[in-house]
Amino acid sequence: MQEKIINSINGPVVEAKGEGDFAMHDMVYVGQENLIGEVIKLNKDIATIQVYEETSGLKIGEKVSGTDAPLSITLGPGLIGNVFDGIERPLAKLEEISGNFLARGSNIDLIDSQKKWHFIPYVNLTNKVSLNSIIGEVKETESITNRIMNPYKIEGEIIYIADEGDYSANETIAKVKSGNKEYEITMVQKWPVRTPRPYKERLTANVPLITGQRVIDTMFPIAKGGTAMIPGGFGTGKTMLQHQIAKWSDADIIVYIGCGERGNEMTEVLEDFPKLIDPKTQRPLMERTILIANTSNMPVAARETSIYTGITIAEYYRDMGYNVAIMADSTSRWAEALREISGRLEEMPAEEGYPSYLPSRLSGLYGRAGMTKSFNDKIGSVSIIGAVSPQGSDFSEPVTQNTKRYVHVFWGLDRDLAYSRHYPAVNWRISYSEYIDRLEDWYKNHINEDFAESRLKIVKLLQEENELQEIAKVVGQDVLSDSKKLVLEVCRIIRLGFLQQSAMNENDTFVPIEKQYKMMNSSLKIYELSLKLIEKGIPISRIKETGIFEDYIKLKFNVKNDNLNEFDEFDKKVVEELKNISEEYKEHT
Amino acid sequence: MKTQYLGLEHINGPLVYLKTPNGISYNEQVELILKSGERRIGNVIILNEDVTVIQVYEGTDGINIDGVKTELNGKPLQIKLSNQVLGRVFNGIGKPIDGLGEIKDYVEKDINGLAMNPISRKYPRNYIETGISAIDGLMTLIRGQKLPIFSGSGINHNDLAEQIIRQANIKDDTNFAIVFGLMGAEYETAEFFKKSFQENGVLSKVVTFQNLSNDPSIERILTPKVALTCAEYLAFELDMQVLVILTDMTSYAEALREVSTLKGEIPSRKGYPGYLYSELASIYERAGMLKDKKGSITQIPILTMPNDDISHPIPDLTGYITEGQIVLGRELYQKGITPPINILDSLSRLMKDGIGEEYTRKDHRKISDQLFSSYSKVQDVRALAKVLGEADLSETDKKYLEFGDAFEKRFINQGRFENRTIIQTLDLALEILSILPKEELDKME
Repeated sequence: MQEKIINSINGPVVEAKGEGDFAMHDMVYVGQENLIGEVIKLNKDIATIQVYEETSGLKIGEKVSGTDAPLSITLGPGLIGNVFDGIERPLAKLEEISGNFLARGSNIDLIDSQKKWHFIPYVNLTNKVSLNSIIGEVKETESITNRIMNPYKIEGEIIYIADEGDYSANETIAKVKSGNKEYEITMVQKWPVRTPRPYKERLTANVPLITGQRVIDTMFPIAKGGTAMIPGGFGTGKTMLQHQIAKWSDADIIVYIGCGERGNEMTEVLEDFPKLIDPKTQRPLMERTILIANTSNMPVAARETSIYTGITIAEYYRDMGYNVAIMADSTSRWAEALREISGRLEEMPAEEGYPSYLPSRLSGLYGRAGMTKSFNDKIGSVSIIGAVSPQGSDFSEPVTQNTKRYVHVFWGLDRDLAYSRHYPAVNWRISYSEYIDRLEDWYKNHINEDFAESRLKIVKLLQEENELQEIAKVVGQDVLSDSKKLVLEVCRIIRLGFLQQSAMNENDTFVPIEKQYKMMNSSLKIYELSLKLIEKGIPISRIKETGIFEDYIKLKFNVKNDNLNEFDEFDKKVVEELKNISEEYKEHT
Repeated sequence: MKTQYLGLEHINGPLVYLKTPNGISYNEQVELILKSGERRIGNVIILNEDVTVIQVYEGTDGINIDGVKTELNGKPLQIKLSNQVLGRVFNGIGKPIDGLGEIKDYVEKDINGLAMNPISRKYPRNYIETGISAIDGLMTLIRGQKLPIFSGSGINHNDLAEQIIRQANIKDDTNFAIVFGLMGAEYETAEFFKKSFQENGVLSKVVTFQNLSNDPSIERILTPKVALTCAEYLAFELDMQVLVILTDMTSYAEALREVSTLKGEIPSRKGYPGYLYSELASIYERAGMLKDKKGSITQIPILTMPNDDISHPIPDLTGYITEGQIVLGRELYQKGITPPINILDSLSRLMKDGIGEEYTRKDHRKISDQLFSSYSKVQDVRALAKVLGEADLSETDKKYLEFGDAFEKRFINQGRFENRTIIQTLDLALEILSILPKEELDKME
């Protein structure tokens, strides 16, 4: 085993000197307590190591031993429904060992060798297999089947395959012969977190990730395999929006990374998710969720790694053919961890103290999203949705600006909207989605021919509202013509009745895309029909008297997700009410 | 007898450098023994083959290079705790200064604490009635929450903290305690709180850790940690409901910056070290509740925003860690509104799960959403009124102005000595909201 001796300690950064031959990004064990560390710099015989645990109590002269392998995590059945720290140690097991508070040096085996999984083989003797070929499957949870893949980069032939039956995860279930070497396959494999898992082919992301949130799905959609960022100052609802997407989006698997965030927020997820039901499978949400909780007071180096741990897990399930969505809350905390360690290394800082490699790390991170065909021809995707916490709520700071360059959807949260309790506080004036064109066909084929057209009408109305409000700020609303007032009124109900969405209301917390479409069209109908009346000289005050505007706002709370006919009835009512007015005025003239 | 090492290499502010002794460990507690026999506590902050850097918490005044001896304690910094700490006063690093002698029958606790396992936590849901309308109605405080007060120099934040302590129903639980950490506080501030505790007959329930403005600034780095170690002991070993007040976190952060600069570290925003976020988190995250324990730690850190700037690194980073914030506003303060809580900037993140039918009243959420929403509209109307003049406003807008004034003068401005129940607060809110036309109340039914 390769060894070096500690010769300097500064917070989470340790230097070790000596003969031992370490490679960059190798995992090492530091000191008597075997703290986990990673080599981040090499200089002749001195290795600089970031330690994933509190370094108090380490001494000069203690040993650092190498593992000859990069920092890797374990992939296998049993991940789903679990809660891990930043380097994939299950928190429940840590609790068993050290109680309510996290102690150090607990190197626990992730795989429970007692637990048996029911294995069904897919291959026969003499079958040819290569990297990621599916050997068989086990049922990981009621909603997720874990497809066991060949982890070796070889072309070979099956020389042993286990019969259908119950096995523990680290028992050999298949053997492959390649050349004159034999390889044993278990349900478990290791993968280095900083290396993207390979795939056969990258596909165009042209299917939306439906989140049930109107301002996202209708206004600024994200594709499966896409990337999005949610920047917002504190109190604007980043975490809330991430929770909503984690709960209701139509991904098969959610990886939720609490990176340097609040302990109580993770507890909230832990208490809520098991009680919530996935609308797609009717099973508890926890059966498709993996949580990574490296809260703000847990070691900073593990915070930096937690994002990679999450992405690697996501890629593993992607290769089995699942659509996985990653919630990273928050990538600013990740960037700050980079900055903190960079500072300890005394590197020359670039913008605002962040290291100059911040942009390349960000691009590497978001570059791991995508829709792919894996070597076993399964199509899967990894979508990454990263929250950004701009310092001082200033969107021009480096993390926000650099992230913007590498993601395709921008959901900018706005403090003024949050103040007025407009949630989700996604500001439609600054947000955008680069997927709109690519997803147009999907909306056309699955919802309605005119979906994109209606969306555009809404966007234009909201733009016009913005301009009118600027004018109204100076001269007051009363001066505006009735047709302009109508724009303001319709935009008011679009904001209150469509863009605002209540996470607390059972009919509103999650809205299927078909219902979103109906809601959008009802507001447009009100606008178009009212405009005709106003052009005939009928005052807007008369139209307001019918109460259709207020009724529209209430629709979102009153119409159940499975009772969309009510929109047709509402539209009918609008037509009638407005027809009556029109006739009333005809009689007068 | 513990090993002692004679002499130092170098002294720089509160940092001393010595040749690395054998067997010294990182973050270990050491004692420096002066010629006079006086002992000062420090700990190892950088450890190299050749040189060890020790930060000395009681300052380096009077320390000379040759005569001083360094004694290793073989463990990290610890404080002595027992149930007798209640009613006592300690200095910023946990030594008794009230003349009542050392703590007896003590246990020793590592002041650095360990991070709570997120799955061992219990999600806080039990609200604390403070009797202050603005807080109870709009940013409800929850037991186990960390809710800071963001203030500015010269604003009466101490009055608000004192009123919360005096009125909070946390006192109804006989097993309650207050842990009070003062960092760089004025003597008057310390006395003001002491007097209030006395008058309310709770002095015997308060543990004070005080570092005054004329005490060594480096001591402040430890004060919050010491205070929270004590709070954890009371909450999770003696099952008490603990309220921790820390004032002023800005002084703490400044002390941290002072040491960082001396260490020659690369500064991040405004000269504060890059690890300020991690350090603040290691303090604030020590609030909470545990699944299998009865006690709780609720934190109200107070900080003064330099130049009233909420985007300054200290309030900014704090806001990203704490579960909301109560922001005091200079404009309201100057208008004579007490407490001068700036509603729109303030927030309680845990409120959503601690209010409603089960806890306060069914309509609480709707009322609070409506108040926020309508009051935010008031700001727009006031801006418009400045341009057009009040007379030219629409009828609805005039109602908003009336609502805004009533809300500030009657709802927020309740004075230091009025104690309102949550029901009184909600009823008052409804009364004030009724000023507005019905169709403007879009959050209500």
